[in-house]
Amino acid sequence: MPFTRRLKFSVALLCIGLFGTAAHADEYAAKRQALIDEIRSETRWVSSEIGKTELDAQVLAAMGKVPRHEFVSEDLRSIAYANRPLPIGYGQTISQPFIVALMTDLLRVKPDETVLEIGTGSGYQAAVLAELAERVYSIEIVPELTQMATERLKRLGYAKVETKTGDGYYGWPEHAPFDAIIVTAAPTQIPPPLVQQLKPGGRMIIPVGGQFLLQYLVLVEKSEQGKISTRQIVPVQFVPLTGAH
Amino acid sequence: MADSAIESRRDEERARHEAPPRLLLLSVSLISAAALVYEILLMRLFSVIQWHHFAYMMISLALLGYGASGTFLTLAREYLLPRFGAAFVLNAALFGLSATLCFLAAQQVPFNALEVLWSPREWGHLVLIYLILTPPFFFAANCIGLTFQRYKATIGRTYAADLSGAGTGALAVVLLLFLVFPLNALVLASGAGFAAASLAWIALGMRPRELIAPLVAVIAALWLLVHWSGAELRPVEYKSLSQALRVSGAERIEERSSPLGLLSVVRSPEVPFRHAPGLSLNSPVPVPEQLAVFTDGEGMSAINRWDGSRGSLAFLDYVPSALPYHLLPRKPKVLVLGAGGGSEVLQAIYHDAERIDAVELNPQMIDLVSRDVADFAGQVYGQPSVRVHAAEARSFVAASAEHYDLIQIALLDAFNTSSAGSYALNESYLYTVEALQAYLAHLRSGGFLAITRWVRLPPRDEIKLFATAADALARAGASAPERRLIWIRGWQTSTLLIKNGEISDPEIATLRQFCDERSFDLAYYPGIEAQQANLHNRLKEPYFFEAATALLSPERESFTERYKFDVRPATDDRPYFFHFFKWPLLAEAFKLKGSGGLSLLDMGYPILLATLLQSVIISTLLILAPLGVLMHRSDGGLKNSRRSPVFGYFFAIGLAFMFTEIVYIQKFILYLGHPLYAVAMVLAGFLIFAGLGSRYAARITPQQAGMHISRATKAIIAVSAVYFLTLPSLFDVSIALPAPIKVTVVLALIAPLAFFMGMPFPLGLSRLAAEAERLIPWAFGINGCASVIAAILATVLAIHVGQFWLLVAALSLYGLAGFAGPHRG
Repeated sequence: MPFTRRLKFSVALLCIGLFGTAAHADEYAAKRQALIDEIRSETRWVSSEIGKTELDAQVLAAMGKVPRHEFVSEDLRSIAYANRPLPIGYGQTISQPFIVALMTDLLRVKPDETVLEIGTGSGYQAAVLAELAERVYSIEIVPELTQMATERLKRLGYAKVETKTGDGYYGWPEHAPFDAIIVTAAPTQIPPPLVQQLKPGGRMIIPVGGQFLLQYLVLVEKSEQGKISTRQIVPVQFVPLTGAH
Repeated sequence: MADSAIESRRDEERARHEAPPRLLLLSVSLISAAALVYEILLMRLFSVIQWHHFAYMMISLALLGYGASGTFLTLAREYLLPRFGAAFVLNAALFGLSATLCFLAAQQVPFNALEVLWSPREWGHLVLIYLILTPPFFFAANCIGLTFQRYKATIGRTYAADLSGAGTGALAVVLLLFLVFPLNALVLASGAGFAAASLAWIALGMRPRELIAPLVAVIAALWLLVHWSGAELRPVEYKSLSQALRVSGAERIEERSSPLGLLSVVRSPEVPFRHAPGLSLNSPVPVPEQLAVFTDGEGMSAINRWDGSRGSLAFLDYVPSALPYHLLPRKPKVLVLGAGGGSEVLQAIYHDAERIDAVELNPQMIDLVSRDVADFAGQVYGQPSVRVHAAEARSFVAASAEHYDLIQIALLDAFNTSSAGSYALNESYLYTVEALQAYLAHLRSGGFLAITRWVRLPPRDEIKLFATAADALARAGASAPERRLIWIRGWQTSTLLIKNGEISDPEIATLRQFCDERSFDLAYYPGIEAQQANLHNRLKEPYFFEAATALLSPERESFTERYKFDVRPATDDRPYFFHFFKWPLLAEAFKLKGSGGLSLLDMGYPILLATLLQSVIISTLLILAPLGVLMHRSDGGLKNSRRSPVFGYFFAIGLAFMFTEIVYIQKFILYLGHPLYAVAMVLAGFLIFAGLGSRYAARITPQQAGMHISRATKAIIAVSAVYFLTLPSLFDVSIALPAPIKVTVVLALIAPLAFFMGMPFPLGLSRLAAEAERLIPWAFGINGCASVIAAILATVLAIHVGQFWLLVAALSLYGLAGFAGPHRG
């Protein structure tokens, strides 16, 4: 009898647990959807900069899948789906979801492509890229962050992502060339080794600004002939001559 | 109860005619000095652990401790006055204890300034920091306020001791910061609090004498606490230095502290620094090994390893600031303003400059490069062609008789600091119209002035600089300004060239080749066509080109009017180069918050306004609170008609004193060469001479006070008016004189003005003591609050209307006080 009772009790607990988890999952899924809707509506402000009124549907779908709340600390989970940057410790942040979506969109990643990320941070951006690309390589300079992100990505089943601690300046020559490169730490120069590791037709995106405040994005493009050009993108509609919009 | 009340009134009556012991006045001076040192140290300490505009905000609020003290003394006066000695000693000792402990506690609050726009929780943290930092001011003000009330007949003497103490504190803190690290200086300020308590104990003949020993023991204990408990400055994790030190193998190899900042030198062998702002993507040469130097944990600059060979410097030819060397004849004579770690000096050496004058503001920086890491830096400052000068750029240029082929103004501020808008409130005389005129006057014929700035999008300071250059050329009477300007940009920096002469066709050809080889964009040159702009680092529209052409055309005014940011040129009268704020930006930034729109905001100005608002609210509460209490007390009840002039008088002279002081601080920054020296000298001068004025006022009977108030205010207006007319020419003839002479000139100028400015407050108080003595703490509180509001309001006014009108406002307030003060009631 005592054993059966214990068993019943355990089953009941398990049910509650499962129900609880399911309830949480639903709640997060709803928040994620709300975030996607918000990103969609924010896109109108950059439409003139990116030349389209909507971000790529694949990118939004990827953002809709990645559980952002898993990439922040316990106490920040309730605001994980707010469209704002959040601290992740070690003086680093997880970028504002809209900016993650915009940068990912500008990279135009295709399913068979290989992407290099400089600045793993929480691993969130790598996870979003993993939803879109064949393979993602990610380098982080702070060893503790690499360790945390690696464990997290593994736990969440992002096997496509490979991480390492190191100096992102030299890229990852063993896996080069890359179709796309994303640099999430603002460098004081664009590293030439990264430009070299970009395939012809490849794209590299670099955000410029502080930890919580993005100033603008630099998109480096390598033509099929190997010619380099850059585009500077202000993530807000900017009409300087009229001061209005 | 009734007996004790009568007794206490008798005591007060006696005290009315009693003079404070000299030793007690010394104690008052000491506590005033310590409070001022604490205030300035907080600014320094918060610049290191946070960012300095937040430091500014905290100080302004912490100063309200003075106002709170006024309220407290009004309420607790009857209890405290009979126990004056104990109350004074206790408050002085509490100041000593809290000055250090409150800071250490405030440091524990996890305030993240960068998150304030996103998270309301951070505002809560900020308020908590205010509350923690206020007590020391409150205790210090209690000591002074109590002494005022205890020795009513000689208020002037106490006031003089208070002011001269604060003046000495202003000088002492500068000296202290040269000698010790800021946290140790804080312990010394605490020590001064205990010393003041001990002096008062002796002065008032309190028993037992032995109690002094424990007071001294507490100082020692505090010292030990700071030294051996691991108490240290804890900069927030988002500062550049904190982040650099996280990198594997990175270490701090040197640290220097002075009033100009805390310099930290960092070595990072595993992940090398590669600081070369603006470096072209086409650069074939690598950046050499570097040491990073951080000022207050931000503003990184680099010291390059140099083996003495020219080849290792080739990367310096691949940044926009290298352009002028391609346009100049061989072996140019170069002036580098803001030499820092020496990159621009190396650039000049690479380009074979015949002589290089390198001007750097911070002597400790020069010392680092030319001594501590001299071998690493290849003795760059010891090269035969290089002369290093520890000076502020404007003063150096004003004092110099030399002419140059190139005056190069380096990127003096780091991108992070610049992009956070934290300079918005700083007076910068480096980029004003008058400054550019002065630089142009030191160019040889055909020479160039080159100024490099970070590219910020949407562009603001770059455009303001272009507008300033156009204005400077026009004011200098240069023919065809549009033929003297070149503007280029890379993906990260832009460089503006202003030529002393017209730009020739061969120069344009060289310019185009230079930019083409490096993938830099042409933003402006004489004759530029729209299709030549915006080719390499493409913006959606050619914003820089459009701005340049608009600013050189007749639609200049309407362009400036319509532009999103305030890009009107900065002048010596309104030296706020980094102020770009326009009201519509605030709404727009928040509307676009979701898509990164907050980058439109430069935080400095909104924070300044928030500070002003909160100080007005809290000041009002602090003034209204005791007023409410007074109204309900029958024995202290006064008619409204009597109270309003008192309120108005002390408020007006509080505002006027600070306005005047701030105008002169700003005027003397340019003359003395550095804001810090100007603040210290002007503050010390004003406080000490105002102290003497008060001392003089102490001899005047309450009956004569009215007449003297009227005379003093007239004298202030007259002296100030004369100064405003004559100072520019006086500065012109004496700016090149040695520093000690200039300091003497400044003090001599301040002396008469401050002497008269020291009189209205004690005269008003002595009049009040004779007629409505219960209002004394209230007057003290109002005056304190007015000073706090004025400190912020003065900056707002200077930004909008300039120094001239700020002074006019100050003198009008003095006029009003002299005309309609309490003495007229």
